[in-house]
Amino acid sequence: MAVTLEDVEHVAALARLSFTEEEKARLTGELNEILRYMEQLNNLDTSTVEPLSHVIELQNVFRADLQRPSTPREEILKNAPAHTEKFFKVPKVLGER
Amino acid sequence: MKRHTAFHETRAALEAGEATCEGITRQYLETIEKGKRLNAFLAVFPEQALGRACAVDRKLAGGTAGRLAGMVIAVKDVLCVKNERVTCASKILKNFVSLFDATVVRRLEAEDAVIIGKTNMDEFAMGSSTENSAYGPVLNPVDESRVPGGSSGGSAVAVAAGMAHTALGSDTGGSIRQPASFCGIVGLKPTYGRVSRYGLVALSSSFDQIGPFANAASDAARVLQVIAGHDENDSTSARMPVPDYLAALDRNIRGLRIGVPREAFIDGLNAQVRTALERVLDRLREGGAVVEEVSLPCSEFVISTYYILMTAEASSNLARFDGARYGYRSSGARDLTENYVRSRSEGFGAETKRRIMLGTYVLSAGYYDAYYLKAQKVRRLIQEDFLNAFRRVDCVCMPTAPTTAFARGEKADDPLEMYLSDVYTVSANLAGVPAISVPAGSDDRGLPIGAQFIGRQFDEATILKIADFLES
Repeated sequence: MAVTLEDVEHVAALARLSFTEEEKARLTGELNEILRYMEQLNNLDTSTVEPLSHVIELQNVFRADLQRPSTPREEILKNAPAHTEKFFKVPKVLGER
Repeated sequence: MKRHTAFHETRAALEAGEATCEGITRQYLETIEKGKRLNAFLAVFPEQALGRACAVDRKLAGGTAGRLAGMVIAVKDVLCVKNERVTCASKILKNFVSLFDATVVRRLEAEDAVIIGKTNMDEFAMGSSTENSAYGPVLNPVDESRVPGGSSGGSAVAVAAGMAHTALGSDTGGSIRQPASFCGIVGLKPTYGRVSRYGLVALSSSFDQIGPFANAASDAARVLQVIAGHDENDSTSARMPVPDYLAALDRNIRGLRIGVPREAFIDGLNAQVRTALERVLDRLREGGAVVEEVSLPCSEFVISTYYILMTAEASSNLARFDGARYGYRSSGARDLTENYVRSRSEGFGAETKRRIMLGTYVLSAGYYDAYYLKAQKVRRLIQEDFLNAFRRVDCVCMPTAPTTAFARGEKADDPLEMYLSDVYTVSANLAGVPAISVPAGSDDRGLPIGAQFIGRQFDEATILKIADFLES
């Protein structure tokens, strides 16, 4: 399952990242090397093994559904790169492409 | 390098009126200033720390001081301290100010610890050398041409170089234990769920755990005592009682069964690391412990399993950095998608982007079953290895790292080589069990070697007890 330059471009688009041609070439090589190493897992028969997603015994964790104050809007907007009085401000959603 | 004193000596001096918390804090601030070239801190809080120290002195005089009164602590810059920046050593969070305290910070301050500053790290805790910080690498105080380990390199250096009594780090795949080993101090990764992660910037949520660095096991025990326990703000924190860790440090290890996994002591293991570990095991035998061989058959698969799951989780967690609501925003994007792409590409460093790419790849359509699901299954086998071993022994002993501290730049261009240096630490995170790194002498260059003890889930007491015994 070799990773191609096109795969790198596809994954970069999914991850919302962009790379120079040089970076893409290097990433292709690095990802291939790492994934080739990881293919060792195919040597293990896991056909009867259940996947493990949580390492400690935890059932559903519930809490009382109580109304509590939330963080004030103006506090949250302090960390925004751009905002209006009430909203985050972002470039237009629909592009020119 | 001089070995710094344990906190109980400080506390005794405070109670005898021979020292003040203010004086101690001032000393640490001076050491931080003198050691600036080590680049261990991203932020220091002189005024707040001295202000708090004076308040602690008043409490000490009035007899109302908390359990950590007199203790000066540094925290990794992945933890939130209200009204202070939390950068995760990333350009993308350069100006982000925390709106609240992490639960661990709140608990430490409630027991009168003084937070002295925030420490440098690998960007978003991704790395094993603290070379991946957007704010420059951290130097190892033992040999400044070498890395301090990572990702919590700044916290390890702060404690090793006498800039704080203790420090908090986070450990996703060894980020507390490996730098503790490289810097010659104690580093503890508690059981998954032992410590609340509210206010810890998430890297890989099924692995991340907060824990202490210290010069003595008893200091690590004191800090854990305060930060451990359920927190309603973190539903993954366990509702398990917190035992008295200090009481467990009785230096009596008679009859304790210690397992040595044969897979950890392979032919390729550095000879000096092997010798140091054998010396540690001899001391434990002399103390009455029973050392026996155990097997962790899946050891050769831990790196692959860890890096598939870890990067998958990290790529999801880091999706929140979009240049829209907080963090760095690129200038001049023409639309929202371009704003995401440019802000992320300019804001994240090379290793962070590499891991996001790897994680996105293993989660992408067509590869999910082959990588992510497969790794989740192997993770179960790795956990079962430990469960099987713990039927026979009380803890498992192996090196913390395959080598001592490597040179800066040595592995920077070879990501796989860097990942492989985590071969002894990631298994504890995969299995969710607690593990501690303790000083085990040094190699012929004087570089520290660490011995690692891995315990049963929620049994930090046993591994702390062994660490404390080895200091006797």
